[in-house]
Amino acid sequence: MAKLGAGSIRTLPLAGFHGGSSAVRLEAAPPAERISLRAGAEDMAALSQALGLDLPVKPKTSAAAKGRTALWLGPDEWLVIDEGKGGLMQAAASSGVLHSAVDVSHRNAAILVSGPGASRAINAGCSQDLSLKVFPVGACSRTVLAKVEIVLLRTAEDAFRVEVWRSFSDYAFGLLAEGAQDAAL
Amino acid sequence: MSGSSNNLGAFRIKGAGRHTPARTARFTFDGKTYTAMEGDTVASALLAHGVHLVGRSFKYHRPRGILSAGAEEPNALIDVSRDAARRQPNVRATVQEVFDGAKISSQNRWPSLKFDVGAFNDLLSPFFAAGFYYKTFMWPKEAWTRVYEPFIRRAAGLGVAPKEEDPDHYANRYAHCDVLIAGAGVAGLTAALSAAATGASVILVDEQAEVGGALHFDASTKIDGRNGYDWAQAAAAKLKAMPNVTVLTRTTVFGYYNHGFLGLAERVTDHLARPGKSLPRERLWQVRAKRVVLATGSIERHMVFSNNDRPGIMLASAARTFLNHHGVAVGRNVGVYTAHDSAYEAAFDLKRAGVSIAAIVDCRAEPGEAVLAEARSLGIDVLTGHSVTDTFGRLRISSMTVVRNGGSNARKIKVDALIVSAGWTPSVHLFSQSRGKLRFDEKGQRFLPDIYAQDCVSVGGCNGTDDLAELIDEAIAAGGGSVALAGENRFDWTGGMIGAAEGAGPDTVVKAFIDFQHDVTAKDIRLAVREGMHSIEHIKRFTTNGMASDQGKLSNMHGLAIAAEVLDRPIPQVGLTTFRAPYTPVTYGTLINHSRGDLFDPARKTPMHALEAAEGAEFEDVGNWKRAWYFPRRGEDMHAAVNRECRTVREVAGVFDASTLGKIEVVGPDAAQFLNLIYTNAWDTLKPGKCRYGIMTREDGFIYDDGVVGRLAEDRFHVTTTTGGAPRVLHHMEDYLQTEFPHLKVWLTSTTEQWAVIAVQGPKAREIVQPFVEGVDISNEAFPHMSVAECTVTGVPARLFRVSFTGELGFEINVPADYGPAVWKAIWERAEAMGACLYGTETMHVLRAEKGYIIVGQDTDGTVTPDDAGLGWAVSKKKTDFVGIRGLKRPDLVRDGRKQLVGLLTNKPSDVLEEGAQIVADPNQPKPMTMLGHVTSAYWSENCGRSIAIALVAGGRARIGQTLYVPMKDRTIAVEVTDMVFFDKEGGRING
Repeated sequence: MAKLGAGSIRTLPLAGFHGGSSAVRLEAAPPAERISLRAGAEDMAALSQALGLDLPVKPKTSAAAKGRTALWLGPDEWLVIDEGKGGLMQAAASSGVLHSAVDVSHRNAAILVSGPGASRAINAGCSQDLSLKVFPVGACSRTVLAKVEIVLLRTAEDAFRVEVWRSFSDYAFGLLAEGAQDAAL
Repeated sequence: MSGSSNNLGAFRIKGAGRHTPARTARFTFDGKTYTAMEGDTVASALLAHGVHLVGRSFKYHRPRGILSAGAEEPNALIDVSRDAARRQPNVRATVQEVFDGAKISSQNRWPSLKFDVGAFNDLLSPFFAAGFYYKTFMWPKEAWTRVYEPFIRRAAGLGVAPKEEDPDHYANRYAHCDVLIAGAGVAGLTAALSAAATGASVILVDEQAEVGGALHFDASTKIDGRNGYDWAQAAAAKLKAMPNVTVLTRTTVFGYYNHGFLGLAERVTDHLARPGKSLPRERLWQVRAKRVVLATGSIERHMVFSNNDRPGIMLASAARTFLNHHGVAVGRNVGVYTAHDSAYEAAFDLKRAGVSIAAIVDCRAEPGEAVLAEARSLGIDVLTGHSVTDTFGRLRISSMTVVRNGGSNARKIKVDALIVSAGWTPSVHLFSQSRGKLRFDEKGQRFLPDIYAQDCVSVGGCNGTDDLAELIDEAIAAGGGSVALAGENRFDWTGGMIGAAEGAGPDTVVKAFIDFQHDVTAKDIRLAVREGMHSIEHIKRFTTNGMASDQGKLSNMHGLAIAAEVLDRPIPQVGLTTFRAPYTPVTYGTLINHSRGDLFDPARKTPMHALEAAEGAEFEDVGNWKRAWYFPRRGEDMHAAVNRECRTVREVAGVFDASTLGKIEVVGPDAAQFLNLIYTNAWDTLKPGKCRYGIMTREDGFIYDDGVVGRLAEDRFHVTTTTGGAPRVLHHMEDYLQTEFPHLKVWLTSTTEQWAVIAVQGPKAREIVQPFVEGVDISNEAFPHMSVAECTVTGVPARLFRVSFTGELGFEINVPADYGPAVWKAIWERAEAMGACLYGTETMHVLRAEKGYIIVGQDTDGTVTPDDAGLGWAVSKKKTDFVGIRGLKRPDLVRDGRKQLVGLLTNKPSDVLEEGAQIVADPNQPKPMTMLGHVTSAYWSENCGRSIAIALVAGGRARIGQTLYVPMKDRTIAVEVTDMVFFDKEGGRING
C-alpha cells in the first residue's frame, strides 16, 4: 500500500497563469471550498445559522462572514465559497432542514481581477453595467463573459472575483488578459 | 520633415485651413509620392496637388473624382495599405486620414486609372440598362455556369481583399450610460453640455477626427461670440475634463438596436503612421443607453443633370470643408450650380480666398435675397433661373453648358471645378434603425422623425431644425439640463430640390447620375417604373439604387422623387426604403474583436489533458471538448494504434479518460420519484450503492440521452450523461422539474467538472485498481458489476463505480478534479507495469460496438425509440407516467416494419462499410431504389478479426439471417443481418 496518498497532490487549472497590465492585476485565486446550496425560503434561517452567515435573499447580492461568502444566484440557489477552514458540507448537513448541498469545490476556478481598470477589463466580454451605483461592492451575478458563463462578485471598489468552470478558466483568463491590456490604454 | 507650401500642393491657400504646415506626411497614390499635412484626409491631400481623378465607376468604368468631404462619399473609394497584410480596400478617401508612409491605390481600373480598358462598358451602356442582369441572364440555362456567373463574379464588387491573415488586433468594450449622443456638431455638443450639467453619465460620439460637425466648413457661424469651430473644440475639452463624460471621436454609431442598445466602431490606429503595438486597430463599443440623442445633422445632395459625374464636380459644402478646414482650393476657376442658398456661401469663401467664381447658376428664379446681395457685392456673376445641362472634359471637368430654364440658347462656360447643391437631406438613418416612423415634410421636401419607438430624441439638422437659435434651444432641452449659449449665423438658407434638374427630365436620355457608386441614372429609375416596378422597394432592387456601400446617402431622395414624378403620385405614397445597420461599413475584425485564435471558442480540456499529450495522444473535438482520440506509439498510424489498444484492453486492461461525461447530482427526498418521471425505466427499486443504465425519451417517445445512474443514498443520485448531451439534459430535467413536476422536493446540480474520471477496463482492471482503494471491498462478490461506493483512491476521496462500456470488467474512478492528474499518474504507473495501455475515444467506440452498446446521436438520430434500439427492456411496463409514455403509444411508434438497430457483417470480412451508407434488399432494382436504412457505425474489429457494423434497418430484427446490399459508387457490398453483439455473446467477461 505504498501508493496510498500518492494522489493527494492538487493540480490547479490556472497554475502558472498570471497577467494583467498597468491598470489591471490578474491572478488565479488560491483553492477554496465551494458548495452549490439549494433550499426553500422556509429553511433559510436554519441554514444561515448552520453556515454562520445570513444567506442573501435579494438578487445580485452576497453576504460574507468569517472567510465564507454566500452569493445569491436564484430564489433558491446560492454559491457558498469558503476560503478558510472549510467544512461547508458538514455545516449544511448540521442544519437539519431540507436542502441540497453539492460539493463543487473543484468544478470552479476563480480569477481575481483588481486595479483601476478592473471593471473595464471585465467589460471587454461582460455586458453588465459595472458602475458602483449599479454593481456596488458585494454585488454578484451569474452572467456571461464573451462565450462562457461566469459568476462575478465585486469584492472591493476596484476588485472582482470571477468564478468560472475549470475547463473554461483558461479561456476566461485569456479574455480578461486582453481586456486588461485594452483597459490600460 | 518640413515643407514649403509648394510641395504641399499647388492648390494650398496660404493662411487657410486648420493644419500646421510644419507637420507633414508623405504618401503615395498609384505609386507617385505626395506630401500632405497631418490632419489631411487622402481626399484633401490629393486635391491640394490638383488630383481630382481617383477612381473608376463600378459598371461603366467612368472616370470619377471626389464628391464629398465625409462619410457619405460614394465615389472616391481607394485601397489603403501599410504593408501586404495591412491592406484595406474600398476606403473612402474623404474619411481616411493621411499618415506618413501610406500606400494608396485607385480601384476598378486596368491597366491604369487614366487609361482603363473597362471604360468600353460606357459605350455599351445602352445594353447595361437597369434590370439588365435579370433580363439577359434568364436563358439558356446552361449558360449560367459557363458564361453568366463567371462574368458576374468578375464584375462584382470593387476592390481586392487581402489574402494574408490580419496581423492587427481588435478590442471590444461594453458600456452603459444615461445619455448617448450621436454627433458632435453644434446640436450634439450643446446637448452634451446640457446633459453633463445634470450629472448624468454621457457618451458623446462623432465619426470625424475632431468634434464640430458642420462647423468644419461653416466658417461664418459664431457661437458665444467665437468662431464656431473654436467654440466646438473648447466645448469638447470641457466635456472631456468631466468625470461623467466620455467623448469618442473617429467613432461611428453604426447601429441602433432594441432597448437603447447601440453599436459603435472606434478607429484607433488607422490615422497613425506608427501605431503602438498594444493599440487595437479598432474597438467595438456595445453601449446600452437609457436615452439617445440623435444629432447626426444632414447631408448635402448633388444636382441631377447630364454628365454630373465628372471629376471636379463636387458638393458645395465639401469644397468649403476642403478650403476652410484643410486649406485647399478645389480649383482656380470654379462654377456653382445650385438650388439652395448654402452653395453661395461656398462661393463667397472661395472668392475671398482668391479663387475665381465662373458663375453661380441657380435653377431658382428667386434665391435668398441676402445671399444674392452678398454675391453681387463680391462681384460674382449670378444666373438665376438657369441650369447646367451638360459638362465636358475627359478626366476632369473643363466646361459646363448653361441654359436659361425653358430656353434654348446654350452657352459654354469654362470651369476647372463645379460645385453643386440641391439642398440638404436630414440624416435619419439611426432614427429609422431604432424603428421610429418618419413623416414627409412637404415644405422642406424631406423626411423627418415623427413617431419614436424608443427613448430617443432628434435635435438639429436631422430633425429638420434649420434655425440656429431654435436648434440650440432644442439641444439644451434634449440634454435635460440648462446651458447659456447664443449662436449667430450670417445667412438664413432657403431653397432645395429633389429629383432631376432641367435637361434631365422624363423626355431625355442623358446620363444624369443619382447613385454614383452603382452607376444608376435618372433614366434607370424611369425605366424601372415603366417595367412595372411601382414600389420603391422594387425600384431599388431593380436598379440597385442605394444598394452600394454608401447605402444611397446621396441618391435615395433623388430616386424617390423621380419615381414619384413618373408614377404621378405624392412622394409619401411611393415610400422610403428602410435604413439598415451598419450606417457605414464596419470591418469584420471589429465585429469579431477578441474572438480569434485561442479565444475564437473555448477549448475545454480535462484535468489530465497535459499528461495525455505527454503520452503522445492525438485529440479529437467533441463539442468544445478536446478528447484523447488514440495514443500512437512510434511508427504506428491511427489504424495500428487503435488495433493495439483494442487488443490490449481485452487481453490485459486499458486506462481511459472519461472526465467529459456529463454529470448531474440529483438531491432531495423526491429524487427517485423525479428520475422515475424523467427516465423510461424504474429508479425507486434501485438500492443505494447500486447503478443502473437509464434511457430518457422526449415527449414524442424518441431517445434523448442515456447513461449510468448511481444511487449514493436514499436522497442522492449521481447521474451521468453523454459528453455532448450534458448541458441539454440538465436543461431538459430542469425544464420538467420547474414546469411539470414543481411539487417534487429535488434539486439538480451540474457536477461534470467537479470530477476527474479515470476508467480502468479489462481483465486486469481489479488488480490494477485494488491497491489504491480504501474503504470498500471491491471483490466481485462484494462489489459486483453495477455497484457504486464512496471511498478513497490513492488517499483521495472518490466515487468508485463498477461499470463498463467495453464489456470487460471495469471501474470508473471519480476524484475531485484537481486530484485527477496525480491519481492518473499513480494508476497508469501500475497499469503500464502490468502491460495495460492508455486508450482513446476511437478504441472506446470500437469496443462498445463489439458489444452492441449504442451511442446516442450516432446510432440514434431523434427518430429512434428504445424498442427500435433493442432497448425495449429498459422501458418500464409498470410505471403509470414518465416523459414519453404517451408518445411511445402512438400508432406509428408501435407499427411493424419500423427501422430497428441490427448488426451487419460483410460477406468479405475485410470490407469495412462506410457510416451513412444506404442499405437495399435488391441491388438490381431500378433507381430510385427502395432504401431500407443506413449504416450508423462501422469499424474494423481487431478482436473479432473482421469488420463489424451497426445499422438502422426497416423491420431489422425480423431480417436477421438475411442478406442485404450496400450499393457504393464503385461496387455493391453484400451483408448479413445479425444481432448487435459481436464479441463475448454470453457476456461473462463483464462479471470477471
